[in-house]
Amino acid sequence: MSEPVPHGRDQMMIRLERISKRYPGQSADAVAELNLDVKQGEIVVLVGPSGCGKTTTLRMINRLVQPSQGRIYLDGEDVTQIDATRLRRRIGYVIQQVGLFPHMTVGRNVGLIPKILGQDGQQIAERVDELLALVGLNPDQYRERYPRELSGGQQQRVGVARALAADPPVMLMDEPFGAIDPITRERLQDEFLSLQQRIGKTIVFVTHDIQEAIKLGDRIAIFGPDSTIAQYDTPERILAHPADDFVRSFVGAGAAVRSLGLLHLRDLPLPACERVEDRRTISEDATLYDALDAMLQAGVDELAVAGAGDAPPRLLRWADAIRARERAATGSERAATGSARSGEAP
Amino acid sequence: MTFIEYLLERWPELTELTLLHAQVVLIAIGVATVISVPVGVAVHGRDRASRIVLSITGAALTIPSFALFGLLIPIFGLGVLPTIAALVLYAIFPILRNTVTGLESVDPAMIDAGQGMGLSPGQRLRLVRLPLAWPVVLTGIRVSTIMVVAIAAIAAAVHGPGLGKLIFGGLARMGGANALNDVLAGVVGVIIIALVLDIAFLVLARLTTSRGVRV
Repeated sequence: MSEPVPHGRDQMMIRLERISKRYPGQSADAVAELNLDVKQGEIVVLVGPSGCGKTTTLRMINRLVQPSQGRIYLDGEDVTQIDATRLRRRIGYVIQQVGLFPHMTVGRNVGLIPKILGQDGQQIAERVDELLALVGLNPDQYRERYPRELSGGQQQRVGVARALAADPPVMLMDEPFGAIDPITRERLQDEFLSLQQRIGKTIVFVTHDIQEAIKLGDRIAIFGPDSTIAQYDTPERILAHPADDFVRSFVGAGAAVRSLGLLHLRDLPLPACERVEDRRTISEDATLYDALDAMLQAGVDELAVAGAGDAPPRLLRWADAIRARERAATGSERAATGSARSGEAP
Repeated sequence: MTFIEYLLERWPELTELTLLHAQVVLIAIGVATVISVPVGVAVHGRDRASRIVLSITGAALTIPSFALFGLLIPIFGLGVLPTIAALVLYAIFPILRNTVTGLESVDPAMIDAGQGMGLSPGQRLRLVRLPLAWPVVLTGIRVSTIMVVAIAAIAAAVHGPGLGKLIFGGLARMGGANALNDVLAGVVGVIIIALVLDIAFLVLARLTTSRGVRV
């Protein structure tokens, strides 16, 4: 079924080509002539108001929704017509309601697809333990539990472990943290990012929360109300240069403040800090957003930034923070010129 | 003769009738289950098909049992066969109804997750839908069983096996020797069978339902 890989498509893990979906009995397309490229190892977040087609788009990648028109490529292979069940075993799938099977233990849930793929018991047991540990659950403690004995956050960790079980190169995540309380959600997002640094999957992530999109996405596709992509770009560029009024209003007020969350203290050029003991200290893993928040809370205009390991502490002043943000914005402006709307139709 | 004396004298015969009664009930329930569950699997999720099938089998329940046994004589003659046929007819509806309900009440998120992770339709049925519907199906089987234990007593009208023989015989000879004892023994036997099977199904439900979904 696979066609020869067209030129220049080789490093794209997922490619949607002029893909449309019209549900029977509907006059308008739920998704219209959409193009989307996802590079190997990147997190692409599809974000937009409800009914914009982001979930339909996601579900067309693993063909839970069969596109009416267009082609889907996975790692260069045309998968638009191949057997959907086998295709899905190559793609991890995580949903908001988690969908763990309540009559199976955590271990059986996670090991189900490896078992169906015919792996032997010992191999599956090892894989299950490895995955539970990977998502931060002690295997000895959780392997034999049933889903209802877990909290929402723990269930979603198991959901992620289950999706990773067959080691798929691609993961699709449909609002995975949407039903989880804000504090746990934030922790799961942080863990998700550090997990992704270790596993390097190609991830397509749907959310309606622009904050979550900015935090998690390497690139963000903002869906407009007409079921097309209004802008597909990095979070920095979307915040600094919204493509149109819709994107501007969707990103909302406070884009500048929000962009502070993308700048990590460890990446900023800062002078050495003396008299550390007199100042409040913040970790260099924190963002500029965290740092300014800490300053406002403490009523100070300087913070000591603790270095990693033996690195000496550095000094962050309020004015430096403002300048760093400005530099980043103009930097991305320069980068954006000429390649703006880069992810759009070829 | 008091009822106690009667029991002491007649217990071998009473035991045999009770066992025959239970046997014919269990055979009928077995046949009804083998028919109902696959039909339920086939029609669930299809509104029209399940409505039609449930209307037909539900209507069977409204036929007075005495009349149904009589109507089956031309087809199956007398004895065990018409008894089982009639009991199967009555037992189908609760099992079918619960199979359809059980399968349809499985959380759509499970189905979506199962489909999305690459379970084939058959695997989704075998690994997800049926195990989750099973407690509901089993409740249907249990309801059918209790109902059919009582109806089986009427089978004596077509010379069916079981405790009905005592009840019908006793009622026909009312006032005669041991007539009341016969009726009483028949009724008590039916109640005991119903209770024992009910408890057996509760135990079976517990043993065959995952701890993760047990109520």
